[in-house]
Amino acid sequence: MNRTAEKLAESLLTVSGTTTGIVILLIVFFLFKEGAGFFHHNDVEAGYALCVNGENAVKNLSSGQIKDIFDYETGNWKEVGGADEEIVPFRVSDIINMYQEAELGENYVLLPEKIGETIAKTRGIIAFIPVQYLPESNPEVRVLESKRLNPSDFFMGKDWMPTATPAPQFGLLPLLAGTLWVSLFAIIIALPLGLGVAIYLAELAGERTRNLLKPAIELLAGIPSVVYGFFGLVVLVPFIQKIFDLPVGETAFAGSLILAIMALPTIITVAEDSIRNTPQSIREASLGLGASHWQTICRVIIPYSASGISAAIVLGIGRAVGETMAVLMVTGNAAVIPHTLFEPVRTIPATIAAELGEAPAGGIHSGALFVLGCILFIITAAVSVGAELISKNKYKNI
Amino acid sequence: MNKQIRQNIAFTVFRLLSLAVVGILFWILGFITYKGIGVISWQFLTTAPTDGMTAGGIFPAIVGTLCLIAGSAAVAFPLGILSAIYTSEYAGDGKVVRFIRIMTNNLAGIPSIVFGLFGMSLFVNTMGFGDSIIAGSLTLGLLTMPLVIRTTEEALKAIPDTFRQGSYALGASKLQTVSRIVLPAAFPNIITGLILSVGRISGETAPILFTVAAYFLPQLPDSIYSQVMALPYHLYVIAVSGTDLEATRPMAYGTALVLIAIVLIINVSASIIRKKLSKRYA
Repeated sequence: MNRTAEKLAESLLTVSGTTTGIVILLIVFFLFKEGAGFFHHNDVEAGYALCVNGENAVKNLSSGQIKDIFDYETGNWKEVGGADEEIVPFRVSDIINMYQEAELGENYVLLPEKIGETIAKTRGIIAFIPVQYLPESNPEVRVLESKRLNPSDFFMGKDWMPTATPAPQFGLLPLLAGTLWVSLFAIIIALPLGLGVAIYLAELAGERTRNLLKPAIELLAGIPSVVYGFFGLVVLVPFIQKIFDLPVGETAFAGSLILAIMALPTIITVAEDSIRNTPQSIREASLGLGASHWQTICRVIIPYSASGISAAIVLGIGRAVGETMAVLMVTGNAAVIPHTLFEPVRTIPATIAAELGEAPAGGIHSGALFVLGCILFIITAAVSVGAELISKNKYKNI
Repeated sequence: MNKQIRQNIAFTVFRLLSLAVVGILFWILGFITYKGIGVISWQFLTTAPTDGMTAGGIFPAIVGTLCLIAGSAAVAFPLGILSAIYTSEYAGDGKVVRFIRIMTNNLAGIPSIVFGLFGMSLFVNTMGFGDSIIAGSLTLGLLTMPLVIRTTEEALKAIPDTFRQGSYALGASKLQTVSRIVLPAAFPNIITGLILSVGRISGETAPILFTVAAYFLPQLPDSIYSQVMALPYHLYVIAVSGTDLEATRPMAYGTALVLIAIVLIINVSASIIRKKLSKRYA
């Protein structure tokens, strides 16, 4: 009887342990599966095709070129490798201006025919039309090949315009730049502050001050990120706008300030632990040689705990990179590559939070957001592995 | 002498920095309390929002957050605690344990929005729960699991081996040792960890954005498949996307104050419980 209970308990525990592991694997698997789906989409919106006049020499266009054409930034086929001919972008809605509704027939049955005629008589045309209206029988019409999305377009792309038609732009660079920009400045602000507090806590503070300071830092870590975001929105943003005389206060700088506060508890706790772990003998040796307490701290203790402090920095960056709500609320969410701290930016997590709601499930846009999720996952995994490696390296340089 | 002066300057700077950190905390808490306290009333806590979120209260959001806390606790606590007991008491140092440990460490670092992404993809779409309490609870449960596992493991590790050896020497079996000796002794710290993870659950916004949270839903949930409002999400929407931001500001301050109060109460009660219980078992 007892034995059965033992066995039962043990197998129950084993099962739950394994379940946990499997569930976590499942998360990773799902994330990357959905992310990989993104690269199976074509660069032109699903259900649509691009057609040109049959005499046009251009065989295919990159998604960036398509966007420039329909934004009227590229005006001549010469610029994309064709003949010297003016480009005439054409959308289905333009046909309404050219024909009476009656001419298009009942339920638009004559629409493909009319589109075909239009394409045939305009040499420089590029038409963006739904596939069901494709004038397939017309020999004067050539459908441009639509290509699979190119990973290099994604990772090197400079535009993030997920709802642009006909070719949505998914360029990672502005988001990555925004994320790194905001996080790095957050750490630059938080580091001196955090390190100072860590040294104070580990070396100077008495028992009573510690007992006050420690819970305060825990509380700072416990405040929900949406409250930080709200505080930033109603206090920091107007303040920054006024002080620096900016058109809007929602800037990378506001994001950095809020993230700095949010990263402080992580930095303080990890750095304090590593300072505290400096062996007493090393400390006493330095003091015994006549060094002051401050000299001991900055010449002996800090170099000794350098690896722990670096781990604190790395973990702080990890915390900042993944933070969503606070950043979403204060950085202004403009997906452009920032040049100064006082411009609106958009980070990777904020993009996911802002856009997932309006991206249809299984579509190209939500696929792109899953790729962003994978990138975040990879960054944070690298951060935790990096921090681990750094703190393992501890005694090598002493 | 020079050395002494430099030391004094440096130490003064450190004191000021520490003061600054406490100052930041009090600034945030004080500001929210000052602006929000006037809004808090019995009516604010017990009625639904009205007039396009500019009046009324936050009752449905409070109920929703409580549902999510209960739901995700039901997901994370049993599985997390059992896994922690398995890894620290039963499993030794085998491959499975190392696998679980690497996985939970990794899981702990994943940003919460990624959990939201995963939860939406698996629970809402693939499993077809839709935006519902169950989808949100599973997502939040997974999010807190690493925290539960880690704090429980640490609590169990803190029990000296002499306790276990003493129990075995008296002829107790492994199950008896774990359930009658180790777990009771680790209980205060386990409970503290659980309470802190409840604090984490109650404040998370990103994972519930796409798995459960409703913009405005005055009626209360009637099953685990219904959508609910939740406090952090409510604060987010009324802070950034109300039709009349100036008029909704007081509501936002009130909601922020309630959220902070929940976190404060949870933190304080966790440390009180830890102190009380550890005295009893010490």
